[in-house]
Amino acid sequence: MIINVKYFGLIAEITACEKETILFTKSNVSEFLELLYKKYPNLENKDFQVAQNQELVTQDALITGNELALLPPFAGG
Amino acid sequence: MNRYSRHIALSEIGQAGQNKLLNAKVLVIGAGGLGCPILQYLAAAGVGNIGIVDFDTIELSNLQRQVLFGSASIGLNKAEAAKTRLQDLNNTISITAYPKKLTHQNSLSLFKNYDIIVDGTDNFETRYLINDAAIITNKPVVFGAIYKFEGQVSVFNYKAGPSYRCLFSIQQEKEQSGHCEDVGVLGVLPGIIGSMQANEVLKMILEIGNILSGKLLLYNALNFQSSVIKINKSEEKINKILNEKHAFETKTMSFSCNSETTQISIEEALKKENIQFIDVRETSELPKIEHITITSIPLNDLEKNLEKLDTNKRLIFFCQSGKRSKQAVSILKQLKINNCFSIKETSSEIKKQLENINYER
Repeated sequence: MIINVKYFGLIAEITACEKETILFTKSNVSEFLELLYKKYPNLENKDFQVAQNQELVTQDALITGNELALLPPFAGG
Repeated sequence: MNRYSRHIALSEIGQAGQNKLLNAKVLVIGAGGLGCPILQYLAAAGVGNIGIVDFDTIELSNLQRQVLFGSASIGLNKAEAAKTRLQDLNNTISITAYPKKLTHQNSLSLFKNYDIIVDGTDNFETRYLINDAAIITNKPVVFGAIYKFEGQVSVFNYKAGPSYRCLFSIQQEKEQSGHCEDVGVLGVLPGIIGSMQANEVLKMILEIGNILSGKLLLYNALNFQSSVIKINKSEEKINKILNEKHAFETKTMSFSCNSETTQISIEEALKKENIQFIDVRETSELPKIEHITITSIPLNDLEKNLEKLDTNKRLIFFCQSGKRSKQAVSILKQLKINNCFSIKETSSEIKKQLENINYER
């Protein structure tokens, strides 16, 4: 399936884009992240949460929608 | 003419709503980029009791975004300078300045005196401290955070809603490393995000509209993109804080974020005269640094070995990644030992640079 992925903050700096489409053939979020780490090895040690269709999901969640977002925490004030 | 006539004219507010604002007690932590617009709008709106916590002093580079301050405020404490400005903006409200660092020891008693806590801080360690103290004292937190051109806003712990830990729970070690954002930020961005935080505070007090509880608002100032992400509550994470609350006041902070001018490169460090290099890694850590004279004091032993520091010299700290050296500087700052610097580069980068310089010679 085709996933639309959105990146924020430091994550978007690593991927050098704010959104892209990725072809994904497996089933859950952690499998999707493995695929993403192959493309962007520098993402692997970064902190972020994953949202699917505008809702935070855990790594074992099944991919059901076609939109994922990677959200890093921001500290600045 | 009534100061609040434009509020009172709104049927959603009226005199009754204005009275709610007057009776409200709001504690704003951090009077920096976010804190300034938050405080400005809360004071102007007539929030009757405002507390301001900030230990930091105003620097020239703050004025690009910290709009309560001017050139004459440089060097003053932020909480006190903000109070002076706000009291001029609205002399009918009560403002208390707490010119000190928020800690595990003072946060619970401080939070108990207020209805709403607003997080305008700049580091993870204080953000988790605020979150945990708010869970223990059962206070809602209006959260805002920024990164370069992007911002995040949410309301935590509101009517038993999700907390910051339900959104982001990062590793303990990283939590304590602080992650100070001494990166750039568009000056107006904290103005936008801080104003959104002030808006959430006012709506909560007035009991109007929808509150950003259980939701994270993301805003990008470059392209107007905003998204709202749903956050689910983790009872497990909240209960862990409540179960450990007896030990809360015994915990300590390891990090301070006042490091805007204390981080330097190895190149800059070598140009300085009258310096002492201090390696705060464990003695077994590699690579060893050669070609310069180094005092080795592992970070954990720093406070026991202050006599090894030559305080007549500039003290230049380094470590494996640049994090522990930053902590060393902030520990010494708290002990009133200034003139300390932390090298930005990793130990292997330092080694490489020193070798290059040595070959050139």
